[in-house]
Amino acid sequence: MTEKATSTEIKKNKKEALFSKKNRKILTSPLTDDNGITVQALGVCSALAITVQLKPAVVMAVSVIAVMCIANVITSLMRNLIPNRIRIIVQLVVIASLVILVDEILKAFVFDIYQELTVFIALIITNCIIMGRLEAFALGNGPWKSFLDGLGGALGYSWILIVVAFFRELLGSGTLWGYPIIEKIGLYELGYQNNGMMILPPMALITVGVIIWIQRSRNKELVEEF
Amino acid sequence: MDINSNKYTFGFAILMVVLVAAVLSIAAINLKPFQDKNIELKKKQDILCTIGFSKNASDENYLSREKAGELFSTYIKHQPVINSSSEIINDLIAFDVDMAKELKKDVKERNFPFFVAEKDGETYYIIPIRGKGLWGPIWGFIALAKDLNTVLGATFGHKSETPGLGAEINLPIFQDQFPGKKIFNKNGIFNSIKVIKGGAKEGDVHGVDAISGGTITSNGVSDMLYDCLINYVTYFENLKNIALIDSVAIDSLETIELIENTVE
Repeated sequence: MTEKATSTEIKKNKKEALFSKKNRKILTSPLTDDNGITVQALGVCSALAITVQLKPAVVMAVSVIAVMCIANVITSLMRNLIPNRIRIIVQLVVIASLVILVDEILKAFVFDIYQELTVFIALIITNCIIMGRLEAFALGNGPWKSFLDGLGGALGYSWILIVVAFFRELLGSGTLWGYPIIEKIGLYELGYQNNGMMILPPMALITVGVIIWIQRSRNKELVEEF
Repeated sequence: MDINSNKYTFGFAILMVVLVAAVLSIAAINLKPFQDKNIELKKKQDILCTIGFSKNASDENYLSREKAGELFSTYIKHQPVINSSSEIINDLIAFDVDMAKELKKDVKERNFPFFVAEKDGETYYIIPIRGKGLWGPIWGFIALAKDLNTVLGATFGHKSETPGLGAEINLPIFQDQFPGKKIFNKNGIFNSIKVIKGGAKEGDVHGVDAISGGTITSNGVSDMLYDCLINYVTYFENLKNIALIDSVAIDSLETIELIENTVE
Protein backbone atom coordinates (compact mmCIF):
# COMPACT_ATOMS: atom_id res chain seq x y z
CA MET A 1 0.00 0.00 0.00
CA THR A 2 2.64 2.52 1.09
CA GLU A 3 4.94 1.33 -1.68
CA LYS A 4 2.23 1.95 -4.17
CA ALA A 5 1.60 5.41 -2.79
CA THR A 6 5.25 6.39 -2.94
CA SER A 7 5.60 5.05 -6.47
CA THR A 8 2.65 7.13 -7.66
CA GLU A 9 4.15 10.12 -5.91
CA ILE A 10 7.42 9.61 -7.71
CA LYS A 11 5.51 9.26 -10.93
CA LYS A 12 3.77 12.53 -10.24
CA ASN A 13 7.05 14.20 -9.47
CA LYS A 14 8.51 12.86 -12.67
CA LYS A 15 5.54 14.20 -14.54
CA GLU A 16 6.19 17.68 -13.25
CA ALA A 17 9.33 18.89 -11.47
CA LEU A 18 9.01 21.41 -8.64
CA PHE A 19 10.48 24.13 -10.78
CA SER A 20 9.38 23.03 -14.20
CA LYS A 21 9.24 25.59 -16.97
CA LYS A 22 5.51 26.01 -16.43
CA ASN A 23 5.91 26.53 -12.69
CA ARG A 24 8.69 29.01 -13.21
CA LYS A 25 6.40 30.94 -15.50
CA ILE A 26 3.70 31.02 -12.80
CA LEU A 27 6.25 32.60 -10.51
CA THR A 28 7.81 35.08 -12.91
CA SER A 29 5.05 36.29 -15.19
CA PRO A 30 3.32 38.44 -12.49
CA LEU A 31 6.63 40.26 -12.08
CA THR A 32 6.51 41.64 -15.60
CA ASP A 33 3.91 41.04 -18.30
CA ASP A 34 1.14 39.94 -15.97
CA ASN A 35 1.76 42.38 -13.16
CA GLY A 36 -1.08 42.92 -10.72
CA ILE A 37 -0.80 46.69 -10.55
CA THR A 38 0.50 47.78 -13.94
CA VAL A 39 -1.30 45.31 -16.18
CA GLN A 40 -4.33 44.03 -14.28
CA ALA A 41 -4.84 47.35 -12.44
CA LEU A 42 -5.51 45.59 -9.12
CA GLY A 43 -4.36 46.72 -5.68
CA VAL A 44 -3.84 50.29 -6.85
CA CYS A 45 -5.57 51.78 -3.80
CA SER A 46 -3.04 50.45 -1.32
CA ALA A 47 -0.23 51.34 -3.71
CA LEU A 48 -1.34 54.96 -3.50
CA ALA A 49 -1.89 54.98 0.23
CA ILE A 50 1.42 53.76 1.59
CA THR A 51 4.10 54.76 -0.87
CA VAL A 52 4.98 58.08 0.76
CA GLN A 53 7.96 56.48 2.45
CA LEU A 54 10.12 53.48 1.67
CA LYS A 55 9.97 51.77 5.06
CA PRO A 56 6.18 51.30 5.32
CA ALA A 57 6.11 50.20 1.69
CA VAL A 58 8.64 47.45 2.38
CA VAL A 59 6.79 46.39 5.51
CA MET A 60 3.53 46.26 3.55
CA ALA A 61 5.24 44.26 0.81
CA VAL A 62 6.51 41.68 3.28
CA SER A 63 3.09 41.34 4.92
CA VAL A 64 1.34 40.92 1.59
CA ILE A 65 3.83 38.26 0.51
CA ALA A 66 3.17 36.29 3.71
CA VAL A 67 -0.62 36.61 3.65
CA MET A 68 -0.92 35.93 -0.07
CA CYS A 69 1.20 32.76 -0.02
CA ILE A 70 -0.60 31.29 3.01
CA ALA A 71 -4.08 32.27 1.80
CA ASN A 72 -3.41 30.79 -1.62
CA VAL A 73 -2.22 27.49 -0.14
CA ILE A 74 -5.16 27.22 2.29
CA THR A 75 -7.71 27.99 -0.40
CA SER A 76 -6.06 25.59 -2.78
CA LEU A 77 -6.22 22.78 -0.18
CA MET A 78 -9.95 23.43 0.29
CA ARG A 79 -10.70 23.99 -3.38
CA ASN A 80 -12.67 20.80 -3.84
CA LEU A 81 -14.77 21.42 -0.74
CA ILE A 82 -15.82 25.02 -1.29
CA PRO A 83 -19.41 25.43 -2.57
CA ASN A 84 -19.40 27.54 -5.68
CA ARG A 85 -22.03 30.01 -4.55
CA ILE A 86 -20.22 31.16 -1.41
CA ARG A 87 -16.66 30.92 -2.66
CA ILE A 88 -15.98 34.67 -2.50
CA ILE A 89 -17.15 34.77 1.13
CA VAL A 90 -14.94 31.80 1.94
CA GLN A 91 -11.96 33.52 0.37
CA LEU A 92 -12.67 36.66 2.34
CA VAL A 93 -12.94 34.70 5.57
CA VAL A 94 -9.60 32.97 4.92
CA ILE A 95 -7.81 36.26 4.28
CA ALA A 96 -9.49 38.14 7.11
CA SER A 97 -8.82 35.46 9.73
CA LEU A 98 -5.17 35.20 8.68
CA VAL A 99 -4.77 38.93 8.92
CA ILE A 100 -6.44 39.13 12.33
CA LEU A 101 -4.34 36.26 13.61
CA VAL A 102 -1.11 37.90 12.42
CA ASP A 103 -2.22 41.18 14.02
CA GLU A 104 -2.96 39.54 17.40
CA ILE A 105 0.29 37.59 17.49
CA LEU A 106 2.36 40.65 16.61
CA LYS A 107 0.56 42.66 19.29
CA ALA A 108 1.40 40.08 21.94
CA PHE A 109 4.99 39.25 21.12
CA VAL A 110 6.60 41.91 18.91
CA PHE A 111 4.85 45.05 20.06
CA ASP A 112 7.29 47.42 18.36
CA ILE A 113 6.68 45.93 14.94
CA TYR A 114 2.96 45.80 15.69
CA GLN A 115 2.87 49.55 16.25
CA GLU A 116 4.49 50.13 12.87
CA LEU A 117 2.32 47.62 11.08
CA THR A 118 -1.08 48.01 12.62
CA VAL A 119 -2.16 50.65 10.12
CA PHE A 120 -1.37 48.45 7.12
CA ILE A 121 -2.75 45.23 8.44
CA ALA A 122 -6.28 46.38 7.84
CA LEU A 123 -5.27 47.47 4.36
CA ILE A 124 -4.13 43.95 3.48
CA ILE A 125 -7.69 42.64 3.65
CA THR A 126 -8.82 45.21 1.13
CA ASN A 127 -6.06 44.38 -1.31
CA CYS A 128 -7.87 43.04 -4.36
CA ILE A 129 -4.77 41.33 -5.73
CA ILE A 130 -5.04 38.71 -2.99
CA MET A 131 -8.73 37.99 -3.64
CA GLY A 132 -8.04 38.10 -7.36
CA ARG A 133 -5.39 35.40 -7.16
CA LEU A 134 -7.49 33.20 -4.88
CA GLU A 135 -10.42 33.45 -7.26
CA ALA A 136 -8.49 33.13 -10.49
CA PHE A 137 -5.82 30.62 -9.52
CA ALA A 138 -5.96 28.90 -6.15
CA LEU A 139 -9.51 27.60 -6.69
CA GLY A 140 -8.36 25.63 -9.73
CA ASN A 141 -4.81 24.56 -8.95
CA GLY A 142 -2.83 22.47 -6.46
CA PRO A 143 -1.15 23.85 -3.33
CA TRP A 144 2.41 24.06 -4.70
CA LYS A 145 1.40 25.88 -7.85
CA SER A 146 -0.85 28.15 -5.82
CA PHE A 147 2.03 28.91 -3.49
CA LEU A 148 4.21 29.90 -6.45
CA ASP A 149 1.39 31.97 -7.89
CA GLY A 150 0.87 33.75 -4.58
CA LEU A 151 4.57 34.42 -4.21
CA GLY A 152 4.85 35.68 -7.78
CA GLY A 153 1.79 37.89 -7.53
CA ALA A 154 2.92 39.36 -4.21
CA LEU A 155 6.45 39.98 -5.49
CA GLY A 156 5.04 41.69 -8.58
CA TYR A 157 2.97 43.94 -6.31
CA SER A 158 5.95 44.52 -4.01
CA TRP A 159 8.45 45.74 -6.54
CA ILE A 160 6.07 48.32 -7.94
CA LEU A 161 5.29 49.50 -4.41
CA ILE A 162 8.95 49.79 -3.51
CA VAL A 163 9.93 51.59 -6.72
CA VAL A 164 7.10 54.12 -6.33
CA ALA A 165 7.94 54.65 -2.64
CA PHE A 166 11.63 55.10 -3.51
CA PHE A 167 10.93 58.00 -5.86
CA ARG A 168 8.22 59.56 -3.71
CA GLU A 169 10.34 59.58 -0.56
CA LEU A 170 13.48 60.75 -2.40
CA LEU A 171 11.81 63.56 -4.34
CA GLY A 172 9.11 64.45 -1.82
CA SER A 173 10.94 64.37 1.52
CA GLY A 174 14.58 64.18 0.40
CA THR A 175 15.17 61.08 2.49
CA LEU A 176 15.53 57.33 1.96
CA TRP A 177 14.47 54.97 4.75
CA GLY A 178 14.39 58.12 6.91
CA TYR A 179 18.05 58.94 6.11
CA PRO A 180 18.42 62.55 4.88
CA ILE A 181 20.30 61.68 1.72
CA ILE A 182 19.76 64.94 -0.20
CA GLU A 183 20.95 66.96 2.79
CA LYS A 184 24.09 64.82 3.09
CA ILE A 185 24.91 65.23 -0.60
CA GLY A 186 24.51 68.98 -0.16
CA LEU A 187 21.94 69.62 -2.89
CA TYR A 188 19.94 72.04 -0.72
CA GLU A 189 22.89 74.44 -0.68
CA LEU A 190 22.71 74.61 -4.46
CA GLY A 191 19.11 75.79 -4.26
CA TYR A 192 17.37 72.41 -4.60
CA GLN A 193 13.98 72.05 -2.94
CA ASN A 194 11.84 69.03 -2.15
CA ASN A 195 8.77 68.63 -4.30
CA GLY A 196 5.85 68.75 -1.87
CA MET A 197 3.53 67.38 -4.55
CA MET A 198 5.30 64.03 -4.38
CA ILE A 199 3.94 63.26 -0.93
CA LEU A 200 0.34 63.77 -2.04
CA PRO A 201 -1.62 60.81 -3.42
CA PRO A 202 -2.02 62.07 -7.03
CA MET A 203 1.71 61.78 -7.59
CA ALA A 204 1.59 58.09 -6.67
CA LEU A 205 -0.87 57.59 -9.50
CA ILE A 206 1.37 59.50 -11.89
CA THR A 207 4.45 57.53 -10.79
CA VAL A 208 2.59 54.25 -11.36
CA GLY A 209 1.53 55.70 -14.73
CA VAL A 210 5.16 56.31 -15.67
CA ILE A 211 6.03 52.69 -14.83
CA ILE A 212 3.10 51.50 -16.98
CA TRP A 213 4.27 53.74 -19.82
CA ILE A 214 7.85 52.39 -19.68
CA GLN A 215 6.57 48.82 -19.51
CA ARG A 216 4.27 49.20 -22.50
CA SER A 217 6.76 51.00 -24.64
CA ARG A 218 9.10 48.04 -24.13
CA ASN A 219 6.46 45.39 -24.73
CA LYS A 220 4.00 46.45 -27.44
CA GLU A 221 1.83 43.38 -26.86
CA LEU A 222 0.53 44.93 -23.65
CA VAL A 223 -0.85 47.98 -25.44
CA GLU A 224 -4.64 47.78 -25.74
CA GLU A 225 -6.18 48.20 -29.19
CA PHE A 226 -8.70 50.96 -29.62
CA MET B 1 -21.73 14.38 -2.61
CA ASP B 2 -23.04 17.42 -4.42
CA ILE B 3 -21.05 20.34 -3.05
CA ASN B 4 -23.37 22.84 -4.67
CA SER B 5 -26.54 21.70 -2.92
CA ASN B 6 -28.21 24.10 -0.51
CA LYS B 7 -27.72 21.72 2.38
CA TYR B 8 -23.99 21.40 1.82
CA THR B 9 -23.58 25.13 1.27
CA PHE B 10 -25.31 25.95 4.55
CA GLY B 11 -23.41 23.22 6.36
CA PHE B 12 -20.10 24.44 5.00
CA ALA B 13 -20.81 28.05 5.90
CA ILE B 14 -21.88 27.20 9.45
CA LEU B 15 -18.90 24.92 10.04
CA MET B 16 -16.51 27.50 8.64
CA VAL B 17 -17.88 30.31 10.78
CA VAL B 18 -17.81 28.22 13.97
CA LEU B 19 -14.30 27.00 13.27
CA VAL B 20 -12.89 30.41 12.44
CA ALA B 21 -14.66 32.00 15.40
CA ALA B 22 -13.24 29.34 17.71
CA VAL B 23 -9.70 29.72 16.43
CA LEU B 24 -9.78 33.51 16.65
CA SER B 25 -11.40 33.54 20.12
CA ILE B 26 -8.89 31.07 21.50
CA ALA B 27 -6.06 33.13 20.04
CA ALA B 28 -7.51 36.39 21.40
CA ILE B 29 -8.12 35.03 24.92
CA ASN B 30 -4.70 33.43 25.20
CA LEU B 31 -2.83 36.41 23.84
CA LYS B 32 -4.72 39.06 25.82
CA PRO B 33 -2.54 39.01 28.97
CA PHE B 34 0.59 39.56 26.87
CA GLN B 35 -1.08 42.33 24.90
CA ASP B 36 -2.38 44.09 28.02
CA LYS B 37 1.06 44.01 29.56
CA ASN B 38 2.54 45.59 26.41
CA ILE B 39 -0.12 48.29 26.37
CA GLU B 40 0.43 49.11 30.05
CA LEU B 41 4.20 49.36 29.60
CA LYS B 42 3.71 51.46 26.49
CA LYS B 43 1.56 53.92 28.42
CA LYS B 44 4.20 54.17 31.15
CA GLN B 45 6.85 54.72 28.49
CA ASP B 46 4.77 57.45 26.83
CA ILE B 47 4.27 59.22 30.15
CA LEU B 48 7.94 59.09 31.08
CA CYS B 49 8.93 60.31 27.61
CA THR B 50 7.37 63.69 28.38
CA ILE B 51 9.85 64.23 31.22
CA GLY B 52 13.04 63.88 29.25
CA PHE B 53 13.32 60.25 28.17
CA SER B 54 13.39 59.08 24.55
CA LYS B 55 11.78 56.20 22.73
CA ASN B 56 14.52 56.16 20.16
CA ALA B 57 16.97 53.33 20.86
CA SER B 58 19.93 55.30 19.50
CA ASP B 59 19.43 58.21 21.91
CA GLU B 60 21.43 58.58 25.09
CA ASN B 61 18.34 58.98 27.27
CA TYR B 62 16.60 55.97 25.70
CA LEU B 63 14.01 54.28 27.86
CA SER B 64 12.83 50.82 26.86
CA ARG B 65 9.29 49.69 27.63
CA GLU B 66 10.51 47.19 30.23
CA LYS B 67 12.65 49.83 31.94
CA ALA B 68 9.71 52.25 31.89
CA GLY B 69 7.69 49.73 33.90
CA GLU B 70 10.41 49.65 36.57
CA LEU B 71 11.08 53.40 36.69
CA PHE B 72 7.48 54.56 36.57
CA SER B 73 6.93 54.56 40.34
CA THR B 74 10.33 56.17 40.93
CA TYR B 75 9.44 59.32 39.02
CA ILE B 76 5.66 59.54 39.25
CA LYS B 77 4.89 60.77 42.76
CA HIS B 78 1.13 61.41 42.68
CA GLN B 79 -1.67 60.26 40.40
CA PRO B 80 -4.65 62.47 41.24
CA VAL B 81 -7.98 62.48 39.43
CA ILE B 82 -10.27 65.52 39.47
CA ASN B 83 -13.92 65.88 38.54
CA SER B 84 -15.56 68.61 36.47
CA SER B 85 -15.88 70.90 39.50
CA SER B 86 -12.11 70.60 40.00
CA GLU B 87 -12.31 68.57 43.20
CA ILE B 88 -9.96 65.68 43.79
CA ILE B 89 -11.63 62.28 43.71
CA ASN B 90 -9.94 60.25 46.40
CA ASP B 91 -10.54 56.67 45.40
CA LEU B 92 -9.30 56.89 41.81
CA ILE B 93 -5.78 56.50 40.46
CA ALA B 94 -4.91 58.44 37.32
CA PHE B 95 -3.20 55.51 35.60
CA ASP B 96 -6.35 53.40 35.77
CA VAL B 97 -8.57 56.01 34.13
CA ASP B 98 -9.36 55.01 30.57
CA MET B 99 -9.48 58.20 28.51
CA ALA B 100 -11.42 56.54 25.70
CA LYS B 101 -14.25 55.73 28.13
CA GLU B 102 -14.14 59.17 29.75
CA LEU B 103 -14.58 60.90 26.39
CA LYS B 104 -17.83 59.05 25.81
CA LYS B 105 -19.32 60.46 29.02
CA ASP B 106 -20.96 63.84 29.38
CA VAL B 107 -18.40 66.55 30.24
CA LYS B 108 -20.00 67.05 33.69
CA GLU B 109 -19.50 63.40 34.61
CA ARG B 110 -15.98 62.94 33.29
CA ASN B 111 -12.93 62.25 35.41
CA PHE B 112 -9.79 64.18 34.59
CA PRO B 113 -6.60 62.37 35.58
CA PHE B 114 -3.11 63.81 35.76
CA PHE B 115 0.29 62.78 36.99
CA VAL B 116 2.75 64.65 39.16
CA ALA B 117 6.33 63.67 38.46
CA GLU B 118 9.62 64.68 39.99
CA LYS B 119 12.90 64.33 38.19
CA ASP B 120 16.22 66.03 38.96
CA GLY B 121 14.58 68.52 41.32
CA GLU B 122 12.01 69.63 38.74
CA THR B 123 8.27 69.08 39.18
CA TYR B 124 6.19 68.08 36.18
CA TYR B 125 2.43 68.00 35.80
CA ILE B 126 1.60 65.46 33.10
CA ILE B 127 -1.84 65.60 31.51
CA PRO B 128 -3.23 62.84 29.31
CA ILE B 129 -5.09 64.08 26.24
CA ARG B 130 -7.23 62.31 23.66
CA GLY B 131 -9.11 63.37 20.55
CA LYS B 132 -9.98 62.62 16.97
CA GLY B 133 -7.62 62.42 14.00
CA LEU B 134 -8.55 61.74 10.40
CA TRP B 135 -9.11 57.99 10.57
CA GLY B 136 -9.37 57.24 14.26
CA PRO B 137 -8.42 58.32 17.76
CA ILE B 138 -5.27 60.26 18.54
CA TRP B 139 -3.88 60.75 22.04
CA GLY B 140 -0.91 62.02 23.92
CA PHE B 141 0.62 63.28 27.14
CA ILE B 142 1.73 66.81 27.79
CA ALA B 143 4.04 67.78 30.64
CA LEU B 144 3.75 71.23 32.20
CA ALA B 145 6.33 72.89 34.44
CA LYS B 146 5.67 73.99 38.01
CA ASP B 147 4.16 77.27 36.74
CA LEU B 148 1.38 75.14 35.16
CA ASN B 149 1.88 77.10 31.97
CA THR B 150 5.15 76.25 30.24
CA VAL B 151 5.23 72.95 28.34
CA LEU B 152 8.25 70.80 29.10
CA GLY B 153 7.50 67.82 26.90
CA ALA B 154 4.86 66.17 24.76
CA THR B 155 4.27 62.78 23.19
CA PHE B 156 1.53 61.86 20.75
CA GLY B 157 0.16 58.61 19.45
CA HIS B 158 -2.47 57.57 16.94
CA LYS B 159 -4.39 54.49 15.92
CA SER B 160 -4.52 54.75 12.15
CA GLU B 161 -3.37 58.08 10.74
CA THR B 162 -1.90 58.05 7.22
CA PRO B 163 1.74 56.88 7.21
CA GLY B 164 4.10 59.66 6.16
CA LEU B 165 1.44 62.32 6.66
CA GLY B 166 -0.73 62.51 9.78
CA ALA B 167 1.11 59.57 11.34
CA GLU B 168 4.16 61.81 11.79
CA ILE B 169 2.66 63.34 14.94
CA ASN B 170 4.35 60.59 16.93
CA LEU B 171 7.80 61.50 15.61
CA PRO B 172 10.34 63.70 17.43
CA ILE B 173 10.28 66.19 14.53
CA PHE B 174 6.73 67.15 15.56
CA GLN B 175 6.89 66.55 19.30
CA ASP B 176 10.14 68.45 19.85
CA GLN B 177 8.40 71.69 18.88
CA PHE B 178 6.34 71.69 22.08
CA PRO B 179 8.82 72.28 24.92
CA GLY B 180 8.90 75.99 25.79
CA LYS B 181 5.39 76.72 24.49
CA LYS B 182 2.83 78.21 26.87
CA ILE B 183 -0.84 77.37 27.38
CA PHE B 184 -1.85 80.69 29.04
CA ASN B 185 -1.37 84.08 27.40
CA LYS B 186 0.29 87.10 29.02
CA ASN B 187 -2.92 88.08 30.81
CA GLY B 188 -3.22 84.62 32.30
CA ILE B 189 -6.09 83.57 30.04
CA PHE B 190 -6.18 80.04 28.66
CA ASN B 191 -5.06 80.03 25.03
CA SER B 192 -3.93 76.43 24.45
CA ILE B 193 -1.39 75.59 21.73
CA LYS B 194 -2.39 75.52 18.08
CA VAL B 195 -0.94 73.52 15.25
CA ILE B 196 -0.64 76.04 12.43
CA LYS B 197 -0.85 75.18 8.75
CA GLY B 198 1.92 76.87 6.82
CA GLY B 199 4.10 77.12 9.92
CA ALA B 200 3.96 79.04 13.19
CA LYS B 201 5.51 82.49 13.32
CA GLU B 202 8.90 82.68 14.93
CA GLY B 203 8.60 83.42 18.64
CA ASP B 204 4.95 82.33 18.77
CA VAL B 205 4.61 80.68 22.16
CA HIS B 206 1.15 79.30 21.37
CA GLY B 207 1.79 77.77 17.94
CA VAL B 208 3.72 74.88 16.38
CA ASP B 209 4.19 73.91 12.73
CA ALA B 210 1.63 71.57 11.21
CA ILE B 211 2.53 68.54 9.07
CA SER B 212 2.37 68.99 5.29
CA GLY B 213 -0.37 66.80 3.88
CA GLY B 214 -1.65 66.04 7.37
CA THR B 215 -4.00 68.97 7.85
CA ILE B 216 -6.93 67.10 9.37
CA THR B 217 -4.70 65.26 11.83
CA SER B 218 -2.96 68.55 12.68
CA ASN B 219 -6.29 70.25 13.33
CA GLY B 220 -7.24 67.22 15.41
CA VAL B 221 -4.18 67.81 17.59
CA SER B 222 -5.15 71.50 18.07
CA ASP B 223 -8.70 70.59 19.04
CA MET B 224 -7.53 67.80 21.32
CA LEU B 225 -5.13 70.12 23.18
CA TYR B 226 -7.80 72.77 23.64
CA ASP B 227 -10.67 70.47 24.59
CA CYS B 228 -8.65 68.46 27.09
CA LEU B 229 -6.52 71.14 28.71
CA ILE B 230 -9.41 73.53 29.28
CA ASN B 231 -10.90 71.11 31.82
CA TYR B 232 -7.89 71.57 34.07
CA VAL B 233 -7.77 75.36 33.92
CA THR B 234 -9.88 76.03 37.02
CA TYR B 235 -7.99 73.46 39.05
CA PHE B 236 -4.66 74.93 37.95
CA GLU B 237 -5.79 78.44 38.82
CA ASN B 238 -6.81 77.24 42.28
CA LEU B 239 -3.42 75.57 42.69
CA LYS B 240 -1.64 78.75 41.62
CA ASN B 241 -3.66 80.84 44.09
CA ILE B 242 -2.82 78.47 46.92
CA ALA B 243 0.83 78.67 45.94
CA LEU B 244 0.55 82.48 45.92
CA ILE B 245 -1.03 82.54 49.39
CA ASP B 246 1.68 80.19 50.62
CA SER B 247 4.43 82.39 49.29
CA VAL B 248 2.84 85.50 50.79
CA ALA B 249 2.53 83.67 54.08
CA ILE B 250 6.18 82.68 53.95
CA ASP B 251 7.12 86.27 53.10
CA SER B 252 5.26 87.66 56.08
CA LEU B 253 6.77 84.99 58.35
CA GLU B 254 10.19 86.01 57.17
CA THR B 255 9.39 89.65 57.76
CA ILE B 256 8.27 88.88 61.30
CA GLU B 257 11.48 86.94 61.91
CA LEU B 258 13.46 89.80 60.44
CA ILE B 259 11.74 92.28 62.72
CA GLU B 260 12.28 90.03 65.71
CA ASN B 261 15.94 89.70 64.86
CA THR B 262 16.38 93.43 64.46
CA VAL B 263 14.67 94.06 67.80
CA GLU B 264 17.02 91.68 69.51
